[in-house]
Amino acid sequence: MGQKHLNSVHVDHFKNTAACATEVMPIPETVCISMSQHIGAPCKPLVKKGDAVKVGQLIGDTDAFVSAPIHSSVSGTVKEIKTMRNIMGGNDQMVVIETDGKQEVSEDVKPPVVDSFEDFIKAVRASGLVGLGGASFPTHIKLNPRNADECHDLIVNAAECEPFITSDHRLMLENADSILDGMEAIMKWIDLDHGYLGVESNKPDAIENLNKEIAARGLSDKIKVHVLRSTYPQGAERVMIYEVLGKTMKAGELPAQHGVILSNVTTIAFLGQYLKTGRPLTTKRVTIDGSAVANPKNIIVPIGAHIADVIEACGGYKAEPRKILMGGPMMGRAIYSDEQPIVKNNNAILAFAFEGDAKRFDIKEETGCIKCGRCVSACPFKLMPVSIAAAYDAKDAAKLDALQVMQCMQCGSCSYICPARRPLAFINQMAKGVVKEAQSK
Amino acid sequence: MANKYHSNLVVSASPHMVSPTDTTKIMGTVMLALVPALAVGVYQFGIRALVLTVVCMVACVGFEYLFNMIMKREQTVGDLSAALTGLLIALNCPSSLPLNIAIVGCFCAIIVVKQLFGGIGQNVVNPAVTARIFMFIAFATEMTTWPLSRISHVTEAVNPDGITGATALGQLGHGDGTLASVEYSNLDLFLGNCGGCIGEISAIALLIGGLFLIWKKIISPIIPATFIATVFVLGLIWGGIDGALFHIFAGGVMLGAFFCATDYVTSPTLPMGKVIFGIGCGVITMIIRIFGSYPEGVSFAILLMNILTPFIDNFCEKRAFPLPKPAKGGDK
Repeated sequence: MGQKHLNSVHVDHFKNTAACATEVMPIPETVCISMSQHIGAPCKPLVKKGDAVKVGQLIGDTDAFVSAPIHSSVSGTVKEIKTMRNIMGGNDQMVVIETDGKQEVSEDVKPPVVDSFEDFIKAVRASGLVGLGGASFPTHIKLNPRNADECHDLIVNAAECEPFITSDHRLMLENADSILDGMEAIMKWIDLDHGYLGVESNKPDAIENLNKEIAARGLSDKIKVHVLRSTYPQGAERVMIYEVLGKTMKAGELPAQHGVILSNVTTIAFLGQYLKTGRPLTTKRVTIDGSAVANPKNIIVPIGAHIADVIEACGGYKAEPRKILMGGPMMGRAIYSDEQPIVKNNNAILAFAFEGDAKRFDIKEETGCIKCGRCVSACPFKLMPVSIAAAYDAKDAAKLDALQVMQCMQCGSCSYICPARRPLAFINQMAKGVVKEAQSK
Repeated sequence: MANKYHSNLVVSASPHMVSPTDTTKIMGTVMLALVPALAVGVYQFGIRALVLTVVCMVACVGFEYLFNMIMKREQTVGDLSAALTGLLIALNCPSSLPLNIAIVGCFCAIIVVKQLFGGIGQNVVNPAVTARIFMFIAFATEMTTWPLSRISHVTEAVNPDGITGATALGQLGHGDGTLASVEYSNLDLFLGNCGGCIGEISAIALLIGGLFLIWKKIISPIIPATFIATVFVLGLIWGGIDGALFHIFAGGVMLGAFFCATDYVTSPTLPMGKVIFGIGCGVITMIIRIFGSYPEGVSFAILLMNILTPFIDNFCEKRAFPLPKPAKGGDK
């Protein structure tokens, strides 16, 4: 059967760190743990200035439904509870902890006892797990869909289609057992029939390693590696579901509505590990790369470590950083200061110096649209960014709605491909605002 | 503490990376693809063809530079679009065209057609094609005086001056309207051993350039394929396989189909629109060639389809979406 593919673009991979075995970062002097590391209500700090804390100790929680608890990543003393501007422009409460370097583990850290689906969901919440692929949606909600009995497939998103990032790749090479543990647990407790690991074809060693692990466990008929093309954005939720199962999912829908549980590979692997050790989410494997970083590498960092300290652990800056990204260059966010701490969903920190690389990475002067149509053929959902931009200029909400701008998922393919360097994805985002405003009237 | 952190970082919306292909690179690649056609032209018509080409390119870039300077607009000559227009104008003219006429043509293309409509991307019609038509009508004699090519098998229909002769399509128009009145073989037309505009004589050179652009993904194959196929099919009806080959190799079909009709700005964006556009160009070309009083119709065909492009785009846009329209109100 000739499989149909959604449109995608060839984005240079820049997977410079794919061969770098993961290192562990030395514990920094202070960490700064945000109380808002998930979509939903922020947590309230459960510790106060002067309290002694241990690794894995609960330091933030809330009763709100959409939330996940927060644990200390270090042992030491709470220095202060402060408010800091986050990268989205809002203000977050942060627990600043002065470390003692002993990394004493809290007594509360013990493997969860799971005898039922309810226990399983409770354990997932207690682990503090959120979607680690980027959205940071609390995992215990995702794994507890209203129509659980209609769900049959588990898709593990291991595409890692963003340039530069190799942390998932390293995970698949170094911790394939945890990934399979996590998949087996989810498939057992939600009673799913099939599991798929969506991996891009540019990681043949990871695919081989996963296949070996699947075969060793005798799961070949239940769990399969689905090899994706190495084009962007294979790792987007809606693209992944289409490529693996051929199902079209619209914006605003949930995978569960299509009978699918979809989660990022790091999330799954953490879950597998947690069910064995009971150690909550306090560290993250991140890729540190970019032209300003002296020794790009994959490194396991405590959540809350300042980005400046993490870069220091990678040999520091070799050139003055001009732009630092949390995440990849396609959908990552530019941060305003490297004082920002690592949060749960970080998978990469990229620092660019704009010296040899300004042509590709610096902000570009926008030139006139030549109507080449590259944006149209790049869009996975066949939207027409060129027409959307024209309708946005006219603030024509009805036209924008007709052009289905609300389906845009901000993958950035249109902006990437535009030879006139127009910020089309950004215009789409602004255009969504125009449509929403018109609809709310 | 104050200096420990870098807090003067650039913050912008994602994506933070762009493809290496920008407008300048696209225009440069198209010019590169025209080099074989230019080379054949210079070989066949001598150094005068090269002089005309350089003058047109310099004139176009100069007009754009001056216009931007006088109007206090951002300088856009760096995108090479004006240079490409100059090159296309020259390739669409006979090599003997007086330079002052060529410069007037460049003025028409850059100032009237392009800049007065708002510069790159805003023009309604193709500047080079419009300039050619303007010169063709305003300076009819100069634009239809065709120097003989270096390798020319023509022996009889040579003008008394011994220097100029008619093009293949001209011979067709002046003769009895059948292939018998054409003195060039289809092979001559394919290789470029014939009279005509600098850049249009050699079908093979244009084909090489056009396929290069398709391979480089600079142009979509849809417009050239439908344009040429339409001419071919209508030529088949008109005069069998010889007639079909004659019509795709003679005149400006190859140059027009690969390099003028595919101009992004003035052709439809969506594949279905490109099909309509290509077929339209082919049909109008053949109507003018067979029934019209002008021997050649490619430029008029492209110009007419350029004007229809916004309507074609609008027509196709409404049929483009694979996703059903989300229900009003959604999942509130």
